[in-house]
Amino acid sequence: MILSESRSKRLLSEYQVGIPAGATAASEAEAIERARDLGCSRFVVKAQISAGGRGLAGGVSFSDSPEAAGKAAAQILGRRLVTEQTGPAGEVVRRVYVEEAVNIRDSLYLGIVIDQQTALPTLLGSAEGGVAFEQEAAVRPEILDRLALAPDCAYDDDAITGFLERIGLDGEPLSNARQLVIGCIQAFRKNDISLLEVNPLAVTDAGQTLAVDAKIVLDGNALFRHPEFEALSDDLWVDTAERTARDNEINLVRLKGNIGVITNGAGLGLATNDMIFDAGGLPANFMDIRTTATSFGIARGVDLLLAESDITVLLLNVHGGGMTVCDTVVEGLAFAYSRSKRRLPIVARLAGQNAPWARTILKDRRLPHEHFDTMSAAVSRAVSIASGRYR
Amino acid sequence: MGILVDGTTRVIVQGMTGRSGTFYTDLAMRYGSEYVGGVRPGKGGTRHMGLPVFDTVGEAVAETGATASLILVPAHNAAAAMLEAINAEIGVAVCVTERVPVHDMLQVHAALHESKTVLIGPNSQGILTPAGCKIGVMSTADARPGCIGIASRSASLTSEIVASTSAAGLGQSTTVGVGGDPIHGLGFRRCLEMFRDDDRTRGVILIGEIGGIEEEEAADYLTSIEYGKPVVALVAGRHSPSERRMGHAGTLSMFGSRTAGEKAARLERAGVKIADDADKVTPAMVDALA
Repeated sequence: MILSESRSKRLLSEYQVGIPAGATAASEAEAIERARDLGCSRFVVKAQISAGGRGLAGGVSFSDSPEAAGKAAAQILGRRLVTEQTGPAGEVVRRVYVEEAVNIRDSLYLGIVIDQQTALPTLLGSAEGGVAFEQEAAVRPEILDRLALAPDCAYDDDAITGFLERIGLDGEPLSNARQLVIGCIQAFRKNDISLLEVNPLAVTDAGQTLAVDAKIVLDGNALFRHPEFEALSDDLWVDTAERTARDNEINLVRLKGNIGVITNGAGLGLATNDMIFDAGGLPANFMDIRTTATSFGIARGVDLLLAESDITVLLLNVHGGGMTVCDTVVEGLAFAYSRSKRRLPIVARLAGQNAPWARTILKDRRLPHEHFDTMSAAVSRAVSIASGRYR
Repeated sequence: MGILVDGTTRVIVQGMTGRSGTFYTDLAMRYGSEYVGGVRPGKGGTRHMGLPVFDTVGEAVAETGATASLILVPAHNAAAAMLEAINAEIGVAVCVTERVPVHDMLQVHAALHESKTVLIGPNSQGILTPAGCKIGVMSTADARPGCIGIASRSASLTSEIVASTSAAGLGQSTTVGVGGDPIHGLGFRRCLEMFRDDDRTRGVILIGEIGGIEEEEAADYLTSIEYGKPVVALVAGRHSPSERRMGHAGTLSMFGSRTAGEKAARLERAGVKIADDADKVTPAMVDALA
């Protein structure tokens, strides 16, 4: 679960991480009021969405008066912001963050990630933070410094100091930054964070260090330990269809195409979409029916596809295993069709556990389907239907 | 033969008395595997499905001579269960549990260092040596004893490849699900090493996907030696948008994670035959063995 900038910063500030003064607003009037409360002379208004890449997509603007900040907020509120990380649907901006614009002397980057190679929480740092940092680090990895922590995030004081020296800090900014880094490490551990980024970590003219922007990804698997985050999930979930699917034990990602895809398992879902692309078609979604999904949950997932007017055919590719058997999926499909007016053609390929029984269900419920024995044959049929070559 | 588990493996189940514990223990015993007991704190001394139940893994190992454990406990207890199995020095621990917090896995991973236990999972369908031993939740209907070793990050694609290798008359020596989580136990590299030493295995199939570093480690290993057996790989997710999360926690593309295309290219340079899609995996192996 991704926390918005304002929530990420509020969480970090509980661990003595310095942040610029700021508050969220949902309207122009609110934005003006928040800006007046800040009592400073220069403001920054930032769209609050869960995805990154805002700066480059016009989601951040500076203004010199509370009224101008209000205008900036009015311009962006309600707008759909598409960044390189949101997916094509983008995200509607429902709140902005109005913040004091600080005088930044140096922009650094600080991250804490879980390094899969070492299985250790690892500090990442760079003297070259800022909006273009990710692109820059991809081509010049040498600008990134690393420091591995212990599995429980324990750290060595001298090692932290050395790490901060390596990313160009000394004197008072260094000791301020050390407090900031230690606060971030504690927040990372205590809140089951899987990714924490402060970019930029700003050094101000006065030598202060501030988290000017922050991004936190919480480990969704650890939410049972953090009931305090449950309430947040409502307004942070990116896409309502994807959220509904998740609530029904289905991983759904919406894509641009017109072939609705129903598969069990992440690997099979990825492989099916690969085959659709290779055959010249475009999947409308990625779907992974989790092993914990029931027929009713699967029906909700199919409902979501039937509600998409772009979709012209459903490709059902299920390999029944020890946990998800074919008939569970087909029962869900039949249930969704029974309560929908749409009779989208179904191209089915059922294999593995209970496949014959599932095919009987498809026939008995008179679902408009064709069955193929191989994935390739089913995919190629679905692609030809989707491209208008149907009958 | 096969790797890690066979007909002589003696299995206990942590969480045997729960609903899924009962269900999958029953299926595995019907398949003919040697299940010798279960662990459920507070129910030590009782019996379940004809098997003795113990309070701790240590007691279960001492009393039954168990050499492997199947872990089917809820996510919030999974790390403790894995650590208990590791501390009891059980040979193979298979954790099926999904959604284990990643910070918990950091502790488990650290405990594996210099331990005697091979951990499979979590978020794994398990390990199967057909007609020998099943520790996990996979279907066995299409599995046949044979000569192909399979190491996979995806349960659904494993079912697919098990079915096609059986239909082609090859069968499987052992199939291993390394699990879909970013931090896990056994990986592709170690599987490849063991399949290389296994007389019954004539060829190895790797089923990978976007994210993680399994494919890169496998490629580095295969580059470093003369492997001597054909290796075929499928890397799913060539067309998935790289910034977005697709199902498995391990598939979140992030620092250092490569695309499916880059992973496949790296494996290919290491001498691996790449299958473009699931239907082409088994034919590629048949060709390679001909």
